[in-house]
Amino acid sequence: MRVGVVSYPGACDDRDAMHAVALMGAEPVRLWHAEPDLGGVDAVIIPGGFSYGDYLRPGALAALSPVMRGVRDHAGVGRPVLGICNGFQVLTEAGLVPGVLRPNASLKFRCHDVALTIERESPWLPGRSEGDELTIPMKHHDGCWFADAAQVAELEARGQVLLRYRENPNGSVGSIACVTNAEGNVAALMPHPEHAVEQLVGSTDGRVLLQGLLDLAGVAAPA
Amino acid sequence: MKVTVLVRPRDGILDPQGEAVRRSLAGLGYPAADVRAGKVFDLDVDADDAEGARRIADEIAGKVLSNPLIEQYQVEVAG
Repeated sequence: MRVGVVSYPGACDDRDAMHAVALMGAEPVRLWHAEPDLGGVDAVIIPGGFSYGDYLRPGALAALSPVMRGVRDHAGVGRPVLGICNGFQVLTEAGLVPGVLRPNASLKFRCHDVALTIERESPWLPGRSEGDELTIPMKHHDGCWFADAAQVAELEARGQVLLRYRENPNGSVGSIACVTNAEGNVAALMPHPEHAVEQLVGSTDGRVLLQGLLDLAGVAAPA
Repeated sequence: MKVTVLVRPRDGILDPQGEAVRRSLAGLGYPAADVRAGKVFDLDVDADDAEGARRIADEIAGKVLSNPLIEQYQVEVAG
C-alpha cells in the first residue's frame, strides 16, 4: 500500500507523516506540490505546516497548486484523502471538505494534547465506537472551524461530523474537530494523528485515523 | 488599469483581530465601539476599459482573494 504525502514549501509535518505511514506498515511516497501526477498512490495525506507561508489565507494558495489537481482526481474516484492541520485548511479552501478555518477565537497559538470524542462509528475510526475518546496533540493558530448554521445542520444530519473537542480549544462551531466530504472518502482535522503514533511521545491514538486511511485505501478500487 | 479590491469579514462573523484592536483602542481611551479588520489588494489589471477591468477583478476577488463563507469584497476601478 502506497500513501502519498504532499510536500509544500512551508510544510513542516510531511516527514512526521511519512514516518507514521511507515510505522503503520505502508510505503510513504513524497508528492511534490508543483507536480499534478500522484504516481498512482492508494491514499493521500495533506500534512500540516504553513504552505506558501499561509499568505492570503491559510491553505488558500496551496489549494490552487498543481498537486491539488491530482488530489482532486484521486478523491473524485473515491480514493481516500486525510487532511491534517494546514491540510484541513487546504482541503476547505479547495472545496473538498466543508467549512473554513479561521483564527482561533482567543487569537492564541495553542499547542497541547486535546481530547476528542467520537461522534459516530466510521471507517475512518476502525475499532472505535460512538462516545469513545482519542487524545491527540494539536498545535495551531487558525483552527476555528466555521460553517453557517444551515450547513452545520446538514453535515450533522448526513453524518459528516466524526470528532468533537471535549473542551473547545479554538472556538470551532459545535466544537467540531473533524469533518468529511459528503461521500466520506475525504476527512480532515486540526489535531495531528501523525504525532500520536508512538507511546514514547505520549499517545498512540493517532494510529486509529491512519489505520482508517489505510483501510479505506484497501476498499477503494486499486490503481 | 489600476483596481483596488477590499475584502472584509462578512456581517455577523466574529472578527477576533478587529476585536483585539478594539480592546487596545479602548485601553488608550479612544471611543471606537466596533472595529472590523480586512485587507486591501491593489492590482494592475491588463484590460481594454474600466468595465473589462472590473469584470476580471470581480472574478479574482470572488475566486481567490476572498472566501465567500466568511468574507465579502468590493471592487473599485480607478477612474
